[in-house]
Amino acid sequence: MADQNGSSGDDLEHSISAEGLSKSFHGFQAVDGVSFQVRKGEFFGILGPNGAGKTTTIRMLTGVLKPDQGRILIDGIDLRRDALAAKQRMGVIPEVGTVYTDLSARENLELFGMYYGLSKPVRQERATQMLKDLELHDRADDLVKTFSKGMKQRISIGCAMVHDPSVLFLDEPTEGLDVQSRKLILDRVRAMNAAGCTVVITTHNIEEASRLCQRVCIINKGQVVTVDSPEHLKSTFEQTRSVEVAFEGQVSCQELSPSCMLRVEESGDKMRIFTSDPDRTIEEIMRLRDERGLRILSLSTLGPSLEDVFLKLTEAKR
Amino acid sequence: MNLRLAVRGALVTARKDIRIYYRKAPVYIFGLVLPLFLFFAFFVGRDLDLQRYFPGFLAMTIFFTSSSVGPLIIPWEKQAGNFERLLTLPVTVPMIVLGDTLAGTLFGTLISLIILGVGSLFLPLSIGLSSVLGLAALFFLGNLCFAALGVLISSPAGRVPSNVMMLSTLVRFPLIFISGIFTPLVELEGSARTLGMLSPLSYLSDGLNGVMGQETLVPIWVGMLVMAAFTLVFLVAASLVLESKAMKGL
Repeated sequence: MADQNGSSGDDLEHSISAEGLSKSFHGFQAVDGVSFQVRKGEFFGILGPNGAGKTTTIRMLTGVLKPDQGRILIDGIDLRRDALAAKQRMGVIPEVGTVYTDLSARENLELFGMYYGLSKPVRQERATQMLKDLELHDRADDLVKTFSKGMKQRISIGCAMVHDPSVLFLDEPTEGLDVQSRKLILDRVRAMNAAGCTVVITTHNIEEASRLCQRVCIINKGQVVTVDSPEHLKSTFEQTRSVEVAFEGQVSCQELSPSCMLRVEESGDKMRIFTSDPDRTIEEIMRLRDERGLRILSLSTLGPSLEDVFLKLTEAKR
Repeated sequence: MNLRLAVRGALVTARKDIRIYYRKAPVYIFGLVLPLFLFFAFFVGRDLDLQRYFPGFLAMTIFFTSSSVGPLIIPWEKQAGNFERLLTLPVTVPMIVLGDTLAGTLFGTLISLIILGVGSLFLPLSIGLSSVLGLAALFFLGNLCFAALGVLISSPAGRVPSNVMMLSTLVRFPLIFISGIFTPLVELEGSARTLGMLSPLSYLSDGLNGVMGQETLVPIWVGMLVMAAFTLVFLVAASLVLESKAMKGL
């Protein structure tokens, strides 16, 4: 049964419902019939190669772009019919730290609080708390133009969270940040999620998505390839198991040639051998060690990573 | 649409503009210094009656100051990446247009009041009590109208402010010369007068002539109605154009 807003009871169980979204630019179909739903309180990732349609999808979900076709519900509110009420529930963190650099950190937080209709005492209190949480309280009254990239991104995150949104969109939030800022931001986002906020993240960092997200949506060429949990996706690609080894001393990957070996990737001082039979591969590694009198520094067997799954799925669509 | 949210969005946008953009140098150069130079270029060395031309100068100041910031805000925000984020906030494009217009109106009103105050110190201006209301209404309508024009000029813009300033100059300078600033409309004849009647600035300078006791071409209230109509057209056009060009330069 649909309510006045056109949303059914099923829609109300979801924070976000995207139905058949399409968008084209000058004849180029950027997004073609994208549909997925995000449950309330879920940590959801949108992954895809460059030009896959992630940014266009996020721009439609956040009300920046109007879809040519399709419908978006945010907490059951139709974004097209009542954009203001839907946007009121969102916090959006764009890729670059888009805050007003001619304002101070506190002024930025209070300005965004004003846009979301917080009263003066509430926005002052929230701004002060946010500055503490983001470890910027000692720079609260400095102009943002004097901040580093990581500090600007922290303020950007704070501006999106100042009104305690029920849905948070993050577009590449940790891209190019230092380790401390990255950790601080992810900790803060995890805390919001633990408190019940739905989080949608787009990232190129697939391992980060694997660690954070309960489900991921992989988009390629403007279409949804799959929506599933990272662990379930990995389990469907078990044939891409691998053995990672690091020897003391120089070893060429040509020296390893078991028939079960699919390919070898060298990364730093390690070799990752993709194999259909890890046991035989380890035997081969031991043979090489004994023959050459080498010393093994580390040896581990690995399941397929989300990155492997991503590559398989997106390559299949090319 | 939720009216309360709409009004809030426009007012916060205006407040944001005033806090951020009205401290920038180009605003004062294009909004205040330029009309002053134009005024001096016209009057210095010529034996002209300053009192007679003061309403025109005041109209020119209102025109320049209120329309000086509008063309710059959207390109500045697109360049800095703020515009896309603004679109994700609980505001719509018409509210952004209205907010930018209100900021220009406030700035223009403030500067033109200062010019009027300074002018009244040096010139024996004859503004009767009955004309004060008319003057206030003309100030408000004039500033609102030209602030909306400034936003309209910026609405098709991308992220390069200099491109918009070129367009702004192309639109604003011709208006100065056809709108009875340097020669009152009543003294123009034929096609010059007809051309002048097409410019909203003509009605402001004509109205200001009227409230300062000089001859007018049309009744002041008619001029106000025409300016109100121009304002509405500018606001609607700016919203429509910005809606379709919002992603340009992003």
